[in-house]
Amino acid sequence: MADELLRREYHIQGRDFERAGESSTLIKEILKGVGIDPTLIRRAVVIVFEAEMNVVMYAEGGTVTLVLTEEEIRIEVADRGPGIPDIEQAMQEGYSTAADDMREMGFGFGMGLPNIRRNSDLFTISSDVGRGTTVQSSIRLDGHG
Amino acid sequence: MRLDEIRDVLGCEVLTGGNHLEVEVDVVLASDGMSEILTCQSPGGLMITGLATVHSVRTADVGDLSAIVFVRGKRPNEKVVELARQKGIPLLATQLGMFDVCAILRERGLRGAL
Repeated sequence: MADELLRREYHIQGRDFERAGESSTLIKEILKGVGIDPTLIRRAVVIVFEAEMNVVMYAEGGTVTLVLTEEEIRIEVADRGPGIPDIEQAMQEGYSTAADDMREMGFGFGMGLPNIRRNSDLFTISSDVGRGTTVQSSIRLDGHG
Repeated sequence: MRLDEIRDVLGCEVLTGGNHLEVEVDVVLASDGMSEILTCQSPGGLMITGLATVHSVRTADVGDLSAIVFVRGKRPNEKVVELARQKGIPLLATQLGMFDVCAILRERGLRGAL
């Protein structure tokens, strides 16, 4: 595995809708600052934003970890929360367990996880019911996923 | 179509970004669902939404969109306007509904991204 050029970690607070998205903004600035291609930045930031919103909507809290190597942008979002009993179902576009208040904020239409997968070259999700969920994404910097 | 032309045809009030309205837009993303908006990679696109919260501005920032038009008379609060100001994202507000806004912009040659 290639050496890490950069690593950042951000805490996300569950139900804190006002601050949801701040990690995405910070990560966007970091990746711009090191001259990553704007298309790859957009993909990375969509991944972080969607994952952040999931933590805010469903979990007590979580952590976003950004790792940059010469080969890839790696993003891991791990939460402490209820977990996902049926991951296959959760990955289907349009499937959601969101409450109305979440939909009123423009989220919870069952597009978040599919958007994360769509923007990742490598994507894994694991969940432990009653403990939490971890999403790992990787975007290759050579643009050949 | 330029943002200042869009402001005029939709009868928009400009909430912030009045000095960035010379930007040219050719693609529109219209939805109240933010993940729907982010499904499309359309940098420079114009967001049309009835969602006047901080999340619409964050979504525009994440998706590198050029501006937001709030429909149905929706107006974000001052904190949301301030975030848009910091991000350099113009915010416009119209009394028209989503359907009419889309129809007017479609007639003038803009196309949808969704």
